[in-house]
Amino acid sequence: MSDATQDGPVLAADGTPLKRSLARALRMQKLRALALIAPLLLFVLLTFIAPIADMLFRSVENQIVSATMPATVRELSDWDGTTGNPPGEEVFKALYFDLFLAAEAKEHTKLGTRLNYEKTGVSSLFRSSGRKLDDLGKDYQKAFKKIDKQLDEGEFWYTMMTGSGPASDALVTARKARFGDMTDESTKADIGFAPSQAITDLLPLTALAYTDFAVFTAIADGDTVAEEDPWEAVYVALAEDLATADVAAYTGPGADVLQAAQAGLDTIPVTSYTAFFEDIDKDWLDPEVWETVKMYSPKYTNGYFLNAVDLQKSPDGIEPRPENQQIYMKLFKRTMFMSLVITGSCILLGYPVAWILANLPMRTANLLMILVLLPFWTSLLVRTSAWKVMLQQQGVINDVLVWLGLVADDARLVMINNQFGTIVAMTHILLPFMILPLYSVMQTIPPTYLRAAKSLGATNWTAFWRVYFPQSVPGIGAGSILVFILSIGYYITPEIVGGTTGTFISNRIAYHISSSLNWGLAAALGTILLGVVLLLYYVYDKIVGIDNVKLG
Amino acid sequence: MKLKTLTALVATTAICAPMAFAADMADEMTIVSWGGAYSKSQLKAYHEPYMEKTGVKIINDESSAEAVAKLRAMNEAGNVTWDVVDVVASDALRLCDEGLAMEIDPDEHLAAAPDGTSAEDDFGDMLVGDCFIPQIVYSTTFGYRTDLVGDTPPDDICDVFDLEAYPGKRSLEKRAINNMEWALLCDGVAKEDVYDVLGTEEGQEKALAKLDTIKDSVIWWSAGADTPQLLADGEVVMGSTYNGRLFSVIEEQNQPVAMLWDAQVFDLDGWIIPTGLSPERQARALDYIMFATDTQRLADQAKYISYGPARASSAPLVGQHAELGIDMAPHMPTDPNNAKNTFLYNYEFWADYRDDIEAKFQAWLAK
Repeated sequence: MSDATQDGPVLAADGTPLKRSLARALRMQKLRALALIAPLLLFVLLTFIAPIADMLFRSVENQIVSATMPATVRELSDWDGTTGNPPGEEVFKALYFDLFLAAEAKEHTKLGTRLNYEKTGVSSLFRSSGRKLDDLGKDYQKAFKKIDKQLDEGEFWYTMMTGSGPASDALVTARKARFGDMTDESTKADIGFAPSQAITDLLPLTALAYTDFAVFTAIADGDTVAEEDPWEAVYVALAEDLATADVAAYTGPGADVLQAAQAGLDTIPVTSYTAFFEDIDKDWLDPEVWETVKMYSPKYTNGYFLNAVDLQKSPDGIEPRPENQQIYMKLFKRTMFMSLVITGSCILLGYPVAWILANLPMRTANLLMILVLLPFWTSLLVRTSAWKVMLQQQGVINDVLVWLGLVADDARLVMINNQFGTIVAMTHILLPFMILPLYSVMQTIPPTYLRAAKSLGATNWTAFWRVYFPQSVPGIGAGSILVFILSIGYYITPEIVGGTTGTFISNRIAYHISSSLNWGLAAALGTILLGVVLLLYYVYDKIVGIDNVKLG
Repeated sequence: MKLKTLTALVATTAICAPMAFAADMADEMTIVSWGGAYSKSQLKAYHEPYMEKTGVKIINDESSAEAVAKLRAMNEAGNVTWDVVDVVASDALRLCDEGLAMEIDPDEHLAAAPDGTSAEDDFGDMLVGDCFIPQIVYSTTFGYRTDLVGDTPPDDICDVFDLEAYPGKRSLEKRAINNMEWALLCDGVAKEDVYDVLGTEEGQEKALAKLDTIKDSVIWWSAGADTPQLLADGEVVMGSTYNGRLFSVIEEQNQPVAMLWDAQVFDLDGWIIPTGLSPERQARALDYIMFATDTQRLADQAKYISYGPARASSAPLVGQHAELGIDMAPHMPTDPNNAKNTFLYNYEFWADYRDDIEAKFQAWLAK
């Protein structure tokens, strides 16, 4: 190379530098190779990696709180939960307008479900409050209608809020974004409304509430804003604004009505937001509810992971869960322990079988091989249920033992719906995964080695232990990895025969996925399980060496 | 967010693609139910007459057990392939909360009774939540082996907790709901106070302590078919399960089993229509619902399975079993003789407390 740099670059036949020419050719080759595997790569990415990544992401994702109640979360950041007092009026005001929009969009119950995982009772608190939110505005609406009938008409409201002069598009964009965050709906469509800058300055809260109404009407309902009557919340906002607004100086459309409304403001039955929510449910004044909202308001949370290892968040930091709720660590340990036992018993049972298979003449070995594979072709459920018939107290084994007189009729052995049952059934189901790699490794060990060892004076045991066994270790390694990793994530067999002491962590994951719908917690448990498997694989590689594992 | 939607879309399309094509074609609809004898009763009572009347082809999907999770996944992917789904009322409530089920106006969407009673009055208390369309009343109750209980068969729910009078194993469902109520009831709590007590930490411990007294003699089931099998094999002396399962053990398989109706817990099963259907599919689903939940149809279903119709006006029309020819009325959980002491599943309570109490219950089980 040094010669080349001294004499200038080596050139290819067409005059380009050889280095570049080579690189181009290689790049072409690489691209072609990539194009060849591209379908598979895409397939794996889209159907395997991406869904798993998405599922794992759920274990920390927690956007729902801040997306559903952004203003409340903002106001709440100043509140100090340690005083033991509920938050102030400002928070309840923000809550009212946040929750009103959420209830219209049917998002409040989702948030209730989410927070109910952390604080019991929040689910019904949100559900029942959602039904009663209209009540506050109804009284306001009636009173305003009495002052001027036009205030009860959608068309008048539309004209008044559209106003004259430049429009406040920024407000519309902001409220659209807020609505999109909450519902995941596309908010690109034009809503056919924008409040004027003048009315936005004059009646800020009303403009906000009306814009929310307009966004929802146009996007979620697909209706024309001008034709719909505004929400109750808009009247509440109007009363709030009129208390301080300088309406006399306003000249836009509907100014006279606003002035009349301000003059008649004392006929509006104003209630404080706090009192309103207390009236709906006194739990709203419970500081613990607000503590929970505040604690889970960030967009990402470690709460699911803490829960997955029997810890919980509290105002004073992270602390262990109450003892009567601790279960996951116990299940993780049990899953590990039982998987090890199952792997061990697979080795004990599979090794002699594989040895016989490897040392029999081909014809007989093939026949026996079919016997090993036969269970493979039977449904997993059938095999598991068969063990039920065998092991239960009125089952085949107990009946035989009683008939032989080995066991008294009233003291039949309990062999199912416990750890023992799970271990037996799973060992049986996973045994072929141990026998097959062992068999293929043992087949490659020349029988002459054993004979040579014996002819040199080794006893049967020494010949086996010093000569044969070390050569079969790669098979044990491969079988153990297969059996262990399969059993650690096993679900259906422990569910059927595990009872209470033989269930695995995967049964809890399945419960949270399909039954409690706490997908965040399920994802956290799954992530930990995946992490443990990867860690064990790493340790295994360090100790045994993954190069020493042979499947044949 | 984008990645999430994309992956969810890919995942569900992969699973549901074959169904999607079917559902989008005209004159076909996918109805999801529980399978087994229950689906068969629906086929005979609802689907066949409806197909005959309208020419619509109904495809049966037996996924009700995972309906909530699957609907959520479909909804995230924006590709809902089910038209009508059969779920228990508590699941309907959750689907409604999650915005996955369409809200129903009983008087607009459901048929009135033949005598003109409005649907709302005819269904009455059975209308749980805003999205649920009730179909049947079933109950979770106990069956016992008549040959294993001696001369005094159990007639009280507390006999389940009495190991001296009725030694042997019992089977209970592997979840807190129902078991906790029964435990409190037999621990001296008055029936009307059960949920107040269960809402407190002490009450929950009290219930678990009562269950502790029989824990070693319990086989916990998770599938409705477990208890009938355990009873038939003589593995358990008594066990809880759905009353329809016990009916088939007793009447169809002639096993020496009898019912203990005391403190049976009523629950409701019915339909929901998923949100996110195209207007044509939604209209078809509503049309089906209108047909399948009218007075005669609900009464017809009781010919094939021993669950009570959810309409008051259907009860007098309940006749005989279609194959066995026996009178079905005395086998209904709602029959006055059976319903002397009953519970109604407390939906509001369990929606709130389910996660909390279930966590404690499972921790207690694993101890």
